[in-house]
Amino acid sequence: MINVRIAVLSGKGGTGKTLVSVNMAAVAEESTYIDCDVEEPNGHLFFKPRDLGTEEVFVRIPLLDDQLCDGCRRCVDFCRFNALAYVNNRLIVFDDVCHSCGGCVMFCPQQALSEKSKVIGEIRKGVSGGVSVITGRLNTGEASGVPIIKRLLTYIPRSPKPVFIDCPPGSACIVMESIKDADYCILVAEPTTFGVHNLNMVCELVKLFGKPHGVLLNKCLDAYNPAEDYCVRNEIKILGRIPFDKALGRLNSYARIPVRESEKYRELFKALLHTVTKEVRDETVVNP
Amino acid sequence: MRIALPVEDKSMESTICQSFGRAPYFLIYDTESQESVFLDNQGAVSQGGAGIKAAQTIVDSKVKALLTPRCGEQAASVLSAANIKIYRTTNDSIRDNIEALTNGTLVLLDEIHAGFHNHRGR
Repeated sequence: MINVRIAVLSGKGGTGKTLVSVNMAAVAEESTYIDCDVEEPNGHLFFKPRDLGTEEVFVRIPLLDDQLCDGCRRCVDFCRFNALAYVNNRLIVFDDVCHSCGGCVMFCPQQALSEKSKVIGEIRKGVSGGVSVITGRLNTGEASGVPIIKRLLTYIPRSPKPVFIDCPPGSACIVMESIKDADYCILVAEPTTFGVHNLNMVCELVKLFGKPHGVLLNKCLDAYNPAEDYCVRNEIKILGRIPFDKALGRLNSYARIPVRESEKYRELFKALLHTVTKEVRDETVVNP
Repeated sequence: MRIALPVEDKSMESTICQSFGRAPYFLIYDTESQESVFLDNQGAVSQGGAGIKAAQTIVDSKVKALLTPRCGEQAASVLSAANIKIYRTTNDSIRDNIEALTNGTLVLLDEIHAGFHNHRGR
């Protein structure tokens, strides 16, 4: 098998991204699971990985030398996030508001601004069976998880093992960053009208990025499924169906990994992995 | 004394805006000469740090006091660095509040909110 990078995303939280990515990574046996949901990573709760170490993630923020600042305010006017103010002949820097673009440092004609490092979160590496578990965590109150995701994706190994990227919910910057290098996107969808609205948002996103994608219908009942209807109307590939199953939900709520506990779920996710792998291969043939 | 108020429109008959950082305009008023000037608040359309941007405008207008229903902590830190007093408005009428200030009946915003700078978290 080639080193395929599969991103799992959905428009809203609680749809089943972690259920799908954790179980697919576990059923693949030799794989890498990357938790990009850095604001609330939870894949590690299922894998309970043996810890292999932690790395802090830094961003660069401006450091002021008061002696050199002549109050030209070029930095204040430049910053679109208003992280700088000039009051009583003194520059004030709001570290928490800064988005680390480095523009103020670049434009300061007096070289009064340089850069210092600030820790915004960490990356934890561990192992669970054959699965490398890599988790990003953003510290509370930080502006953006994008720098952590950028760093997380450098952990993708150069090996034939498949990689599963558990994305943050929604379709904002952090999701775009998470799917940027993905070969294929699995969109997990709920059978509700609200679910369809959110599915539509992520569909637009993956199309914008030109990513091959398919939909996995989760929590399926016998009744009419508006998410399935959406896929049919928009000619989007349906990768599979996970039933609304109390036993599956119960295993999941106890932070167990269903494919490691039951033959039934192992078969379900094995079939899904097979379908997705085939899809990726076909895509590589069509768009090499 | 020069004072500032966040307002909904460029008129003395307009109302006070409930937000400071995202107010569309600021009224800069001189209580001695009774002159009024209306400024656009660039913070209203900024991507982030609206309160800081709005406070910078207030600081640059060289006012001594801001009359506002609410004020965030980042804006408050910019204003306090410039020694600008923040008074809490009592209703949404511009004239009522200016009158209350000159009569000395307006109270400082941070005197009312004991936990003004600690209202994140519990």
